[in-house]
Amino acid sequence: MDFALMWDSLPKVLAGAGMTFQLTFLALGLGFVLATVIALASLSGRRWLSLPADGYVYVFRSTPLLVQIFLIYYGLGQFQAVRASFLWPFLREPFACAVLALMLNTGAYTAEIIKGGIRSVPWGQVEAARACGMSGLLLFRRILFPVAFRQALPAYGNEIILMIKASSLASTITLLEITGIARVIIAETFRPIELFIVSGGIYLVINAVLSRAVRALELYLSPQLKDSLDSEQRRQQALGVRVG
Amino acid sequence: MGTVQPALDVRGLVKRFGALEVLKGITFQANVGDVISVIGSSGSGKSTMLRCINLLETPDGGEVRVSGETIAMTKRRDGSPVPADQKQVDRIRTQLGMVFQSFNLWTHMTVLENVIEAPVHVQKRPKAEVIAEAEALLAKVGIVDKRHAYPNHLSGGQQQRAAIARALAMQPQVLLFDEPTSSLDPELVGEVLRVMRALAEEGRTMLVVTHEMGFAREVSNKVIFLHQGLVEEEGPPEQVFGNARSERARAFIASQL
Repeated sequence: MDFALMWDSLPKVLAGAGMTFQLTFLALGLGFVLATVIALASLSGRRWLSLPADGYVYVFRSTPLLVQIFLIYYGLGQFQAVRASFLWPFLREPFACAVLALMLNTGAYTAEIIKGGIRSVPWGQVEAARACGMSGLLLFRRILFPVAFRQALPAYGNEIILMIKASSLASTITLLEITGIARVIIAETFRPIELFIVSGGIYLVINAVLSRAVRALELYLSPQLKDSLDSEQRRQQALGVRVG
Repeated sequence: MGTVQPALDVRGLVKRFGALEVLKGITFQANVGDVISVIGSSGSGKSTMLRCINLLETPDGGEVRVSGETIAMTKRRDGSPVPADQKQVDRIRTQLGMVFQSFNLWTHMTVLENVIEAPVHVQKRPKAEVIAEAEALLAKVGIVDKRHAYPNHLSGGQQQRAAIARALAMQPQVLLFDEPTSSLDPELVGEVLRVMRALAEEGRTMLVVTHEMGFAREVSNKVIFLHQGLVEEEGPPEQVFGNARSERARAFIASQL
């Protein structure tokens, strides 16, 4: 184990975190907007909206992200129409391709998360809103979405962490994020174990911070959860007593 | 001399769930200041009737008028009924404050936020004025000290009183109560009934679907007994409880005592 090399390469690999964050949060932001539209289309009850929405979710959840990245990066350029279009200056860039692939991928998963959140909103709360004269967008904005978002937040926190990790696949199309830089140094030093430990450790720290941030956001948005947190601790204690 | 419009005028209300006809033509009026208790065995259509009045269920026939204004209905291409104008429905719903059996407070908002939600965001009234009024309402129902608490931190009785304040905040013409004490622990029923009695004494127009025979007898000035989707007996409580014409009403009341 070459600890000196690990120590030396830590700042170099860490410099890739910026690219990892850019890829992840750009894709998450765009994907969230896409997912909200897809979720609403899927739940609209109109077949001409729900069928394409469900089809999109099915395709992107059922194929590997790596394949999606390759198809977008290597595949789109095969078509003259794409090369001639105004989008080509973007789509020829690996960064745009990676963001596009990650966004389409997380959009599909997040649409399912949002749908689950909306379905879990207690129907009585929706009825109360209707009985108060709310309908349409107002009802969605004030009641349905805030309740659904809180319900979906734990699952979405999971998705954020999955996306941080998934962004490492962007290294396969030349992007120098955390994993990409690690691979470059490996090629120079032939020290894969050391470098992958360093890059893996960086992901570990990032995700530890992110999952705490999501938990804090959950408590901030749902102060009423503090009670259930207590009961969770009590449950763990009870379990500990029984097991121990 | 102009005639005073009834606060609520229900004519020939029909509701079907598939082949089952739950309401078979319900007609009654509530004048301003009336407190009407709707009683009947479960399955008689009491709650469905209440929910048809503010269109939480779409009636298949009949007419609902609120302070003289008829809720306009039309038909879809397949013949099923649908409100003609959602804007009108939304507006009339703010005139029909509803209190549910299971409270249905919005869990992501504090009690005060629950109460001011509809006046601020639906009726677009100035927020400062609404907050002052909401605090007065919460004081009236006895939970002003809980105004910054979240619904799950309140007892059932407190939640239901908050829900009553939420309904009152819209300054409705009529209050609709759908079995407001049925999901409460017995020791919490009293505090909710006391609030409802106070509202009745203020002269509020109330339509109360209830199993509380004491409330129906003592507080309301009119009792409607529903049986199999029809008004079987209707009159002042002394008459319905003491001297009902209908055999079924007498049997039902005897079973409740």
